[in-house]
Amino acid sequence: MNILKFFTAGSVDDGKSTLIGRLLYDTDSILADQLEALQRSNRKNDDGTIDLAILTDGLRAEREQGITIDVAYKYFQTEKRKFIIADTPGHIQYTRNMVTGASTANLAIILIDARNGMVEQTIRHSYIVSLLGIKHVVVCINKMDMVDYSETVYRSIIDQYKTLAQQLKLADVTYIPVSALKGDNVVQVSEHMDWYEGESLLHFLEKVDTDHLDRSQLARMPVQWVVRPQTEELHDYRGYAGRVLSGTFKLNDKVTVLPSGASSVVEKIEFFDEALDAAHAGQSVIIHLKDDVDISRGDTIVNASALPQETKLIEADLCWMDTRALDTSIMYNIQHNSKITKCKISEILHRVDINTLEKHAADEFKLNDIGRVIVKTADALAFDLYDDNRANGSAILVDARTNLTVGALMFRAAVE
Amino acid sequence: MSTYNFDYLDELEAEAIHILREVAGQFEKPALLFSGGKDSITLVRLAEKAFRPGKFPFPLVHIDTGHNFEETITYRDQMVERIGEKLIIGSVQESIDQGKVVEQTGKNASRNALQTVTLLDTIAKYGFDACIGGARRDEEKARAKERIFSVRDEFGQWDPKRQRPELWNIYNGKIHKGENIRVFPISNWTELDVWNYIRREKIDLPSIYFSHERDCITRNGQLMAASPFLNMDDEDVIERKQVRFRTVGDMSCTAAVESDAFLIDDIIAEISASKISERGARMDDKVSEAAMEDRKKGGYF
Repeated sequence: MNILKFFTAGSVDDGKSTLIGRLLYDTDSILADQLEALQRSNRKNDDGTIDLAILTDGLRAEREQGITIDVAYKYFQTEKRKFIIADTPGHIQYTRNMVTGASTANLAIILIDARNGMVEQTIRHSYIVSLLGIKHVVVCINKMDMVDYSETVYRSIIDQYKTLAQQLKLADVTYIPVSALKGDNVVQVSEHMDWYEGESLLHFLEKVDTDHLDRSQLARMPVQWVVRPQTEELHDYRGYAGRVLSGTFKLNDKVTVLPSGASSVVEKIEFFDEALDAAHAGQSVIIHLKDDVDISRGDTIVNASALPQETKLIEADLCWMDTRALDTSIMYNIQHNSKITKCKISEILHRVDINTLEKHAADEFKLNDIGRVIVKTADALAFDLYDDNRANGSAILVDARTNLTVGALMFRAAVE
Repeated sequence: MSTYNFDYLDELEAEAIHILREVAGQFEKPALLFSGGKDSITLVRLAEKAFRPGKFPFPLVHIDTGHNFEETITYRDQMVERIGEKLIIGSVQESIDQGKVVEQTGKNASRNALQTVTLLDTIAKYGFDACIGGARRDEEKARAKERIFSVRDEFGQWDPKRQRPELWNIYNGKIHKGENIRVFPISNWTELDVWNYIRREKIDLPSIYFSHERDCITRNGQLMAASPFLNMDDEDVIERKQVRFRTVGDMSCTAAVESDAFLIDDIIAEISASKISERGARMDDKVSEAAMEDRKKGGYF
């Protein structure tokens, strides 16, 4: 059994929370006392049934306003898989929350209201999915019950969406007609849509390839902590603790340590009381090197035959996440895995109108703005391009005045 | 290579270890909040996996309400002995004696709310800048929205409206003086995940998690352990029951469930079939729909 992390995008009225509620409800993931609390609540659907959306509206302000403001994480599992849902708000003023939820997901569910077809926010949500490089997309055409389960309506929406998917280079898109409210095609295949030959949403989620194993050659491990017991019997013990971001390290592999550029060989890989032959993407291990090189937190151990980029000028997509606008005259901290250094946004190349996907020249970046910039860092970063290696191609900006996380960066090119 | 199998528990474990090492790398004076419950016991195992053969880069901190189950304290002391790490105890009794908090009265009196003050005092006394806790997002819906690195102000308050975006696996631990960060490495684990992990790792637990006979009374529809810490009166009927506890908190606010689960396999089977969520056995969450959110804003774990 493995884990699928997915996120859902949709607006206030798309029934996104209802869809998640339905997934939880129909997989028996809601327990009696939670259900009781739900029934006690005075929010009901028009027909008197329980409003499943309440299950995901966590904070008081959200319950009062009936909207999802922040990212809420929900968990359920079936016999086949454990699921982590990042439930994110769809409104444009919460774009940053959506970007946050999307950053850890390997699948996105995009909801389209069958009555309205594709709308502005469908473009926006799909753009974010492509920006964050989410591999799989499921487009749920929801509220099919409100359009008499019409195949024609479903087909015309799919045709519309295909054009957008092509434009955004979304390679893997699956379409499912559902009614979250009534439960059609969410967990059970619907009896109302004989013309639909695909599977239910849950069934699809259980089967989709999660691509946990990164088979790339880009072996990368940022050092988080140096383990040095300095006891009598472990006098010379020096282990580099970290999580393998991508690729695989094997015993005797030739490695390079960045930024110093020192070369060495993997001598030993440990995981607690086990000695391993290899460490794969996702594993948190301790690596020992043959040579006595100076390594500390913030350094990265990489495969010597597939080196990352190393520059101080990087072209990147930026999503601005703070109410205070970007200031190109000040320094920010950039955090790239375990490495923190200073940086400036030296140039704004363009800003994207995320409703129309048009690029505009811009000289300012405000909350929820997304666009292309040049980042100039104090120390060179050892990075990969986001499309090649998401885990080593992303970074956050931190404002030293407030300590807030103000920007999300996806590296697109090294500037020579 | 072909035998490499990275299942969901491995992934949750690797994520938690990564988070613990980030705490070690980013903070000057971190601490691990240890309650004696299964979640914090799991954290201790994860810390061993993150830092052995080195020492933990933080002490364990136990906020002792003075109303703990005896079994929890015995377990705590034996465990600390075994792992050879430092334990700091913050005493709620001391906070009461110093007049910093006032003991609740009445039938439903509990020291649960008082521990927030002791916790904040302990944080201030030792200057902790990060406190690692075993809270999980599946426990309660306010928790579902909390970050893994969750900033608290000088007064220990959580402000849900000003949470920092948390992207990819990058954790921003920068704080101002006086603030601290609560870190939740097992945020993405469910109750069942914790139990499956405990089984897989063969981790010992305090005996109260397993079925045993105990004198109980029924309060607000829930079974409470009869103890000197519970304000009992003539209406309370003591009954001998076969019970176990699903969470380990203060004796005055942790309800038992009737159970014949003597072994961990029985417990996992019981939870899988259970129709009451874990926090359903916590009287402290029942006050209002926003009970947990309010307590967290006030500095609770």
